[in-house]
Amino acid sequence: MRTLTLSRNDLILLAGYTLVVLGGPIIMAPLGAGYPDLLQKFVIFGIFAVGFNILFGLTGYLSFGHAAFLGIGSYTAVWSFKLLTMNPLPAIVLATLLGGLFAAVIGYICLRRTGIYFSILTLAFAQMSYNLAYSVLTPITNGETGLQLVQSDPRILDAAAGRDYGAVLPSSDLFGIPMNGYPGFYFCGVVSIVCFYLAIRIFRSPFGLMLRAIKSNQNRLNYTGLNTQPYALAAFVVSGMYAGLAGGLLAVVDPLAGAERMQWTASGEVVLMTILGGAGTLLGPVIGAGVIKYFENIFSAFNEGILMAAFDFLPEPIQHLMVNVTSLFVGEGWHLTLGALFMVIVIFLPGGLMEGFNRLSALVAGIVRGRRDGASARGA
Amino acid sequence: MSKRKIGRRDMLKTTAVVGAGFAAPMVFVPRAYAYTNEPKGATVTLGFNVPQTGAYADEGADELRAYELAAEHINGEGDGGMLNTFSSKALKGNGINGKQVIYVTGDTQTKADAARASAKRMIEKDGAVMITGGSSSSTAIAVQGLCQEAGVIFMAGLTHSNDTTGKDKRANGFRHFFNTEMSGAALGPVLKNAFGSDRVAYHLTADYTWGWSQEGSIKKYTEQLGWQTYETVRTPLGAGDFSQYITPVLTSGADVLVLNHYGRDMVNSLTQAVQFGLRDKQVNGKDFAIVVPLYSRLMAQGAGENVKGIFGSTNWHWSLQDEGSKAFVRSFGQKYGFPPSQAAHTCYCQAILYADACERAGTFRPSVVGPALEGFKFDGLGNGPTEYRASDHQCFKDVLVVKGKEAPTSKFDVLEVVEVTPRAQVEYPAEMLGGELGPYNDGTA
Repeated sequence: MRTLTLSRNDLILLAGYTLVVLGGPIIMAPLGAGYPDLLQKFVIFGIFAVGFNILFGLTGYLSFGHAAFLGIGSYTAVWSFKLLTMNPLPAIVLATLLGGLFAAVIGYICLRRTGIYFSILTLAFAQMSYNLAYSVLTPITNGETGLQLVQSDPRILDAAAGRDYGAVLPSSDLFGIPMNGYPGFYFCGVVSIVCFYLAIRIFRSPFGLMLRAIKSNQNRLNYTGLNTQPYALAAFVVSGMYAGLAGGLLAVVDPLAGAERMQWTASGEVVLMTILGGAGTLLGPVIGAGVIKYFENIFSAFNEGILMAAFDFLPEPIQHLMVNVTSLFVGEGWHLTLGALFMVIVIFLPGGLMEGFNRLSALVAGIVRGRRDGASARGA
Repeated sequence: MSKRKIGRRDMLKTTAVVGAGFAAPMVFVPRAYAYTNEPKGATVTLGFNVPQTGAYADEGADELRAYELAAEHINGEGDGGMLNTFSSKALKGNGINGKQVIYVTGDTQTKADAARASAKRMIEKDGAVMITGGSSSSTAIAVQGLCQEAGVIFMAGLTHSNDTTGKDKRANGFRHFFNTEMSGAALGPVLKNAFGSDRVAYHLTADYTWGWSQEGSIKKYTEQLGWQTYETVRTPLGAGDFSQYITPVLTSGADVLVLNHYGRDMVNSLTQAVQFGLRDKQVNGKDFAIVVPLYSRLMAQGAGENVKGIFGSTNWHWSLQDEGSKAFVRSFGQKYGFPPSQAAHTCYCQAILYADACERAGTFRPSVVGPALEGFKFDGLGNGPTEYRASDHQCFKDVLVVKGKEAPTSKFDVLEVVEVTPRAQVEYPAEMLGGELGPYNDGTA
């Protein structure tokens, strides 16, 4: 089965990814991020960014509306919980399919244009979806309040299986394993490993090569008589499915869907994640997603009390000065820190954090080689 | 050159083994808690979850100040504030149940998603045994649901929608603040006296649970007076520019504009309504009037001159002269240099009420602390005699009807109390708003 094999490097990459994801609670603990909710966010937004990267990183089409698919995935999953069953499997399958369906429709229209016009079209569609979810489609989406479960939901399949949740509000579970906390994280983690594997396969396939060709020179492809649109559309749909799946998983670990998930800021966030980590690389988007979610959840929680304790060792006037200065960048000012970091990376490392890692490893390798050469020269 | 290829099955096997190896210790770690986040050490952690960004950021900042003050007072620091006037004397100034209170904070961003993420962080990472805050009903409802699932107590901050203790009420959730039903019942008679019973109202409503709730309540009570409702228009939360919504009001033939907005939204919409000359207009032979059903001093301050003579209701105001209010204003003012808002007041009360209930219960277990609050009657927290109703976990107390002051003496002195509507007049049966409390949840042990 040649088509299902991976090269050695890719296998190491996948094994490393698996290790980091499954060992997340231990690895992230020293950073203060080893708790289920944030770990879930890491892997879910990792999926979202990996999917986005299949479109943006490979074909170069910059979509500013991917949050729409994320939101559609969430709404679908919550409706699946309400109508069918609290089991997450139908929820994520339906979320993925519906994400793909909407991507096919929106992609078919938007991909008639390229470059900035494509971006603007996707942005317009996403903003339309957001407004629809926010006000027009209130019966389906429950508007600003967000779609939530209620005790009296029908849950046809659960009812057919004779499952009664009693007087409490049900939460999603995979055949009895609750989907919040660590089990929820491992569920999302396993899904993300599968998604990562699929992304590697797409990157290495002839299809992936075709997508890269679109990025490097679409006109040339067209001149050779090749119709690029089906390829671009396929990439768009695949990344829409990834986004739908991510949205579905968000609802699995926390059965609530709100319109703000579809807002343009959320679409912008995934662009930031991808660029921050390194567009067109496999691991970059995941790292970018991790960094942004870490900032959002950890930096925003630093308050003056924590800062005071952190600068405790300094004399009091300097302590107060340091606290006043740093408090601009943490707590409610976390956006500022993120913005500064983003600027630094885009200016000095246009290839994102992955470029930084590659340069660093090249540097280390260079030093090691230099030493070895030196040693062998002496030995000669 | 042949690269070593590894088959799919090999890869799946490796992945599974590695995965199982890592997952095992996490699954089999025994959890030795009797209930979620049972405090084991010398401290107890509370989570203060307030908006620090977004349309309600001003309220959120004031809420946080109040929480910090309450934590100080519970730990026996400062002058004790309203603990001295509070009718229950269970708290001894040595923390709660002998444990010192420490707290963690988070930003709800006035969004349900962010609020839940922040509350989850507090519960899962920081070990908070109680979450309090929220300056928007949608975030309060979302976080209340989360706390019910996680098995911690939720003490709602500023949330005014009926749904918080109505349709969406939960056993683990408690609200001290009043709701739109009470605002409507209190405002109705005052509006009748001021504007008569033959008016046409035009509503601009913040498009989320609180706005819908308030629009419904005000409509219900003004229509009982004989008013007509010309139209109700929904505006997005945090719109900033309301001119496109205000222009149609000018030509509609309505003679009262009801602004179901709060926070910066209300500051913006009221300011723009006044700039459009609505208040100088004569319609149907009557002076055009604007009503802001839910008022706060922070908003009134933000809107400046424009609030003069405009009616609304509020949960509490710093100029009240009872001992509790005076003590609170004094200690808040000493610490921060200005008087507290109603948001600060309700949050301070909630923190004190929770601490007191734990102290009386002798534990932090939700299923024991909750019943200690149910039916609890107290006084001395600035609202007169108050009761936490058992059937819906909603506080019942007098409601203040206020008006923007014509001649303010300071920049904080912007509202005057027109009437104190007694509790009996605003009370309603718990079944009226629907919903189901369900059982208490102590969390997975």
